[in-house]
Amino acid sequence: MKVSLFSTCLSDILFADVAKNTLEILERVGCEVDYPMEQTCCGQPAYNSGYLQEAKQSMKQMMKAFKHSEYVVGPSGSCVGMLKEYPKIFADDPEWAEEAKRFAAKCYEITEFLVDVMGVTDVGSTFKGKVTFHSSCHMKRILGVKEQPKMLLRNVKGVELVDLPMEEDCCGFGGTFSVKNPVISQEMVSEKSRHVAETEAEYLVGADMGCLMNIGGRMRREGKNVKVVHITEILNTH
Amino acid sequence: MSIKLGEVPYKDRVQTGIEDDFMRQAVSSAQGRFRNGRLTQAAELGNWEDWRELGSEIRTHTLQNLDYYLQQLSDNVARRGGHVFFAETAEEANQYVKNIIKKKQAKKVVKAKSMVTEEIGLNKALEEVGAEVVESDLGEWILQLDEDPPSHIVTPALHKNRQQIRETFAKKKGYTGSDTPEEMAAFAREQLRQDFLAADVGVTGCNFAIAESGAVTLVTNEGNAEMVTSLPDTVISVMGMERIVPTWEEMEVLVGLLTRAAVGQKLTSYITAITGARLEGEIDGPEEFHLVVVDNGRSKILGTEFQSALHCIRCAACINACPVYRHIGGHAYNSIYPGPIGAVITPLLEGYDDHKELPYASTLCAACTEACPVKIPLHEHLIRHRQIIVEQEKKAPTAEKLMMKGFAKWSSSPGIYNLSAKMAKPALGPWTKDGMIENGPGPLKDWTDARDFYAPQGQSFRAWFKQRQKDGETS
Repeated sequence: MKVSLFSTCLSDILFADVAKNTLEILERVGCEVDYPMEQTCCGQPAYNSGYLQEAKQSMKQMMKAFKHSEYVVGPSGSCVGMLKEYPKIFADDPEWAEEAKRFAAKCYEITEFLVDVMGVTDVGSTFKGKVTFHSSCHMKRILGVKEQPKMLLRNVKGVELVDLPMEEDCCGFGGTFSVKNPVISQEMVSEKSRHVAETEAEYLVGADMGCLMNIGGRMRREGKNVKVVHITEILNTH
Repeated sequence: MSIKLGEVPYKDRVQTGIEDDFMRQAVSSAQGRFRNGRLTQAAELGNWEDWRELGSEIRTHTLQNLDYYLQQLSDNVARRGGHVFFAETAEEANQYVKNIIKKKQAKKVVKAKSMVTEEIGLNKALEEVGAEVVESDLGEWILQLDEDPPSHIVTPALHKNRQQIRETFAKKKGYTGSDTPEEMAAFAREQLRQDFLAADVGVTGCNFAIAESGAVTLVTNEGNAEMVTSLPDTVISVMGMERIVPTWEEMEVLVGLLTRAAVGQKLTSYITAITGARLEGEIDGPEEFHLVVVDNGRSKILGTEFQSALHCIRCAACINACPVYRHIGGHAYNSIYPGPIGAVITPLLEGYDDHKELPYASTLCAACTEACPVKIPLHEHLIRHRQIIVEQEKKAPTAEKLMMKGFAKWSSSPGIYNLSAKMAKPALGPWTKDGMIENGPGPLKDWTDARDFYAPQGQSFRAWFKQRQKDGETS
């Protein structure tokens, strides 16, 4: 199966390992993976801040970059969720409406793709440790991907998965919210950090680097010794 | 009171909320209780998503045919001996009620809980013509004694704990008992009983008006609405113009969604219906009944992309699910309608000038949208507000506008993007220690005030990928 990797700008620039792990997992389950170099950002920072015209420019760039892809797979529920909104955003644009629909239909978040498209729930990895999982808001509520990451995690040899209290609550990142409303954001992430600490897990696992860099950055600031890892790292460890 | 609570700036309101440990504790535990109640009830009912869909369809249909149903309601209330007044503004609504009070020479007015009368500032208007107004919902009564605005649309005194309530009772009503809820509630009942008996006029809100029969229904747990509508000779119900359903059948669906979503109950203790005035030969009902249908900005929402915001049945499930509300409390929104639904409808009803921060008081986590029993896409409405603030109202900060222009250029030009991917690590080098940035420059500062920032791990993924391809070709 031919898959184009959507690295997300965050993983491309800050967390290259996340994109590398995603690529290697896809290859291991038998996909032929390319990486269109014209890809940039899904447009979410501008879109969620109310800058529709600016957001549309990056969205058009993304549709051009992946025009010939069969599948587009990325390691972030939030960014992939944004791609899935393109048909709504371009519904009244005769030039882009059709392309937006075609594009959105071929986009998948990595755990969703593994479970729903490839039919894989055990990637054959081994990872020793007690982990807890933060389910990202956009991934579960906008993309509707809830069970897939946990199905994959439960099948990793050596992983002990413990429930995170109030798992469904937002970590307080919210993109520009974190800098527009820093005081509220800090309260939210501190609460999340407390809940993570309560689990006594060694690792906090998530499927979105946005949330993870928020929670991880806060926990490090508080001197808490919990390692923060993207789910692809666990799925790509042998 | 009107929709807006006061003149304190947004940042100060947020800070006050965050520093109020009592309030946060009270809100957090109430949220947890309501949230769990809703989830348990939804699971027990089964097919919750189908019920939500049905609720959404009923609201959509009603709003699309609002003129028809309002006419039907009005005809039926008149047929049952009631008077109907359509008020375009808060002032018109207040004036109409004031005229009744004056005509009746009413000294005392008892009220059942009503958000729309808070919205139009009815109490103050009635006090201006010399009437004593007594709130009879326990939460509202506490707030009235304390001269404090509501912080929640279902449980208005949510932000207060029982010690604070005891103090208020002691100070304002000479209460000497303990701070147990039972004893304080018994005291309130005793006090309010006198008011019910002495009242000349009863004022209520309206949960659902039934177009087919002309009934106004009220959903309560305390039974105070029964007293308000059965003891005084004159009853006045005030409703937002969208609070209407075609028949009892739709009411049954919506009331089931309301009580489950609001407080995790299958049904509340009381559902009161008043259908017009007491006609000849009838044994109950008020001698005189008035229905005031309030527009106050609602009709200008009809037909816009915000129309679904009028679907709201005031259950507060969105408020109970909101983590931002949990940390800052209701007063920080500076609106009698707080939380996600408040952030959506307050600017629609009162404009952006005083409320431009509200649409940003959300991480867009969509917990509100998920909780809403009539499927209002609340977080999408918040994004729409932001678009209007940026593009039509031109209220966005200049630095942000410049940054977003830069973003558009960056993300639509692969060349510039590539360069930034290459430069990110060296550019952040001076601030980086052990792969982390603890004191970020420029726009990173707000981030690093509260948490560390991850510096780029090494080369960008795309650089690595290019190298990998090159190595693949040569090996």
